[in-house]
Amino acid sequence: MTDFSPSSTPPTSVQTSLLTLSDRTKKRNANERRFKAYGIAAIAVGLLMLLVLVVTIFGRGTGAFQQTFVTLDVELLESKLDKTGERNIEDIERISTFGYAPLVNGAMSAAIEQHGVDTSLKSKQLAGLLSKGAVAQLRAYVLANPQQIGETVEFRFLAQSRVDGYLKGRVSRDSIENDKNISAAQLDVVDALVAAGVIEKSFNLDFILGSDASDQRPEAAGMGVSMLGSFFMMLVVLALALPIGVAASIYLEEFAPKNWITDIIEVNIANLAAVPSIVYGILGLAVFINYMHLPMSAPLVGGLVLTLMTLPTIIISTRAALKAVPPSIRDAALGVGASKMQSVFHHVLPLAAPGILTGTIIGLAQALGETAPLLLIGMVGFIASNAPETLGEGLLSPNSAMPAQIYEWAKRADPAFYERAWGGIIILLLFLVTMNTVAVVLRRRFERRW
Amino acid sequence: MSFVKLTASALTIAAATATAATARDQVQVAGSSTVLPYASIVAEAFGENFDFPTPVVESGGSSAGLKRFCEGVGENTIDIANASRRIKEKEIKACAEAGVTDIIEVRIGYDGIVFASDINGNAFEFTPTDWFLALSDEIMVDGKMVANPNKTWADVNPAFPAQPIQAFIPGTKHGTREVFEDKVILAGCEATGAFEHILAGATGDSAKAQKKAAEKACISLRTDGVSVDIDGDYTETLARIGSNADGIGVFGLAFYENNTDKLQVATMSGIVPSTESIATGEYPVSRPLFFYVKQAHIGVIPGLKEFAEFFVADEVAGPDGPLSEYGLVADPELSQTQDAVADEATMGDNS
Repeated sequence: MTDFSPSSTPPTSVQTSLLTLSDRTKKRNANERRFKAYGIAAIAVGLLMLLVLVVTIFGRGTGAFQQTFVTLDVELLESKLDKTGERNIEDIERISTFGYAPLVNGAMSAAIEQHGVDTSLKSKQLAGLLSKGAVAQLRAYVLANPQQIGETVEFRFLAQSRVDGYLKGRVSRDSIENDKNISAAQLDVVDALVAAGVIEKSFNLDFILGSDASDQRPEAAGMGVSMLGSFFMMLVVLALALPIGVAASIYLEEFAPKNWITDIIEVNIANLAAVPSIVYGILGLAVFINYMHLPMSAPLVGGLVLTLMTLPTIIISTRAALKAVPPSIRDAALGVGASKMQSVFHHVLPLAAPGILTGTIIGLAQALGETAPLLLIGMVGFIASNAPETLGEGLLSPNSAMPAQIYEWAKRADPAFYERAWGGIIILLLFLVTMNTVAVVLRRRFERRW
Repeated sequence: MSFVKLTASALTIAAATATAATARDQVQVAGSSTVLPYASIVAEAFGENFDFPTPVVESGGSSAGLKRFCEGVGENTIDIANASRRIKEKEIKACAEAGVTDIIEVRIGYDGIVFASDINGNAFEFTPTDWFLALSDEIMVDGKMVANPNKTWADVNPAFPAQPIQAFIPGTKHGTREVFEDKVILAGCEATGAFEHILAGATGDSAKAQKKAAEKACISLRTDGVSVDIDGDYTETLARIGSNADGIGVFGLAFYENNTDKLQVATMSGIVPSTESIATGEYPVSRPLFFYVKQAHIGVIPGLKEFAEFFVADEVAGPDGPLSEYGLVADPELSQTQDAVADEATMGDNS
């Protein structure tokens, strides 16, 4: 071993040099290069898929953030809205939205006349260019400002979905041939009014902040209220799943004896993480609604169901984070006289916190995109609730969630809803990307490696 | 140890909100996806014009909706079930067993079922006979019932192009399926004489039982992939036709009217479907649409009766109302329905 010299090992019969590669080495190197190429190809395919997805989503969905508006001066006729002239709010409330239609018709005809548009259409057909929600908008304004009755006020109404589609290029004169919702003569008027500046397309904040609308007014539908529904559900998930999940993992990881009972628990937690989410929906319906009598369609129930779904994910990631803290930290703490609990809460938990938070955020992101369990507890459907004002109302009044809203829109007859479904996907994706980015940043900045 | 406090407070909040959750203050509706658009239009207008919150409308199909409706009485069950067919005896019985006894039946109007294909494909002029010959599992050839041999529409009717038969029909949980079976397949079965043939060979204790067995044999459809059940909504049927230009789908009239740029409609017995031809009764494939209200919930759930009354009000469901604009064929006997709703007349009271 010590008496090593080159001469003691006689050269083998084949002369090789490190500078010329043997066949074996060449083969190994080629294998390595090929494997790298496979890897790059796999990444390229993945990126291509992502690109196709993103391009499709943004290509189809960006239209939803723009909407066509019609600016009209409406004379709030006293004879129609308040016959007594006493501005008594109860009298004014008695006029339903149907009673406001003549005002809108009149305003539309007046605009046509003012801009010198030549058309043979009747005022009802002209008003058909506006959203069906125009009357509701008018009524809400009058009820809020009864003193304005008798005045002429400028309103910015939404245009109906076909007109909007025409300006966005989705609807053409050919495609409406058999359409009874709009005629070519109406599109002529639209062209003239666009030229006059009465009809214009602009950014639509209501798509982000508004509530769902019925099948007749896709132009008025928005994500805002369902976004709040998702927010309140996430609040419930965070308030329940995080403390319960962390407490369970700390006990299992730091305190529990390692025996067959904890083994069974461990297997079950891993199992629960793999259970299809619809099962949690069935459970939620049976336990929270039918047994506990919590209200249907409420974000509280949605949050509870999603808590059950997220809990295993959080427990598993928290346990992994706790495991990653080296035992020497615990030993040192115990060695200077700390109790077991002190060592966990003063030393182990702070070190594991970034990992726990990352797992929680990823669990929340998963819950945010979940539709299936919500189907069974009544959160998928036409739920056009107004924005909740208090925490209790937000938790208990019926609401939808972002993915449920997207699903609902994708099912509806009017193609305009389809565009909104894609638009909704963009908003949901932005949320998911933000959450996942925060998770990655947290891990990068605070995670310690040993 | 802040998280221990957090857990405790979170649990307290959850418990507190759970106990606070006593009264539901909005109407809950579920059922037929055909009625869903109408119900959501009414719900929206209801929320705008009344001080009650906007009702929640879910879909899922008539049968699924009625099943949920019959789960029992109480705030955790729905108040209204939408249906694109009349409630069955079996369902009334199931309802009664769960304690749902006083049911108010409300007919909101009529809806047409149309057959539509890809806009760029062949145009069709169907009769019920054509559909029976295309989709039944057995048809009559030379006085004998044989397994359906037809592969293309030209086999069914020489006047048609030789386009492979590919039909997308609503699944059995949809009320539309039943109307399709009754008004199209059964009508075709009777027209071809197959019904009489089956009836002659049918077994049963009574004439009624024999007739029932024959009807059942008539409407059993072939299962060789030519006819595909669609369990989802019409959007799924539309997507199937989009990917298979030979496909012919069954749609509601309102859905077709919203997608005239992608679909062309076929005539049935020479009549083009429209709200007018359905209202006059010329177009044969139409059916009434209903919703069912639990009387026990009236007075408990705020706004329930007002919503039911508003649904059938002249300004909503009448010939000039928003529902009719969307594709509903207004009920000529609407005023009777309005009276029945106002009186809370339950099923079995008068009809």
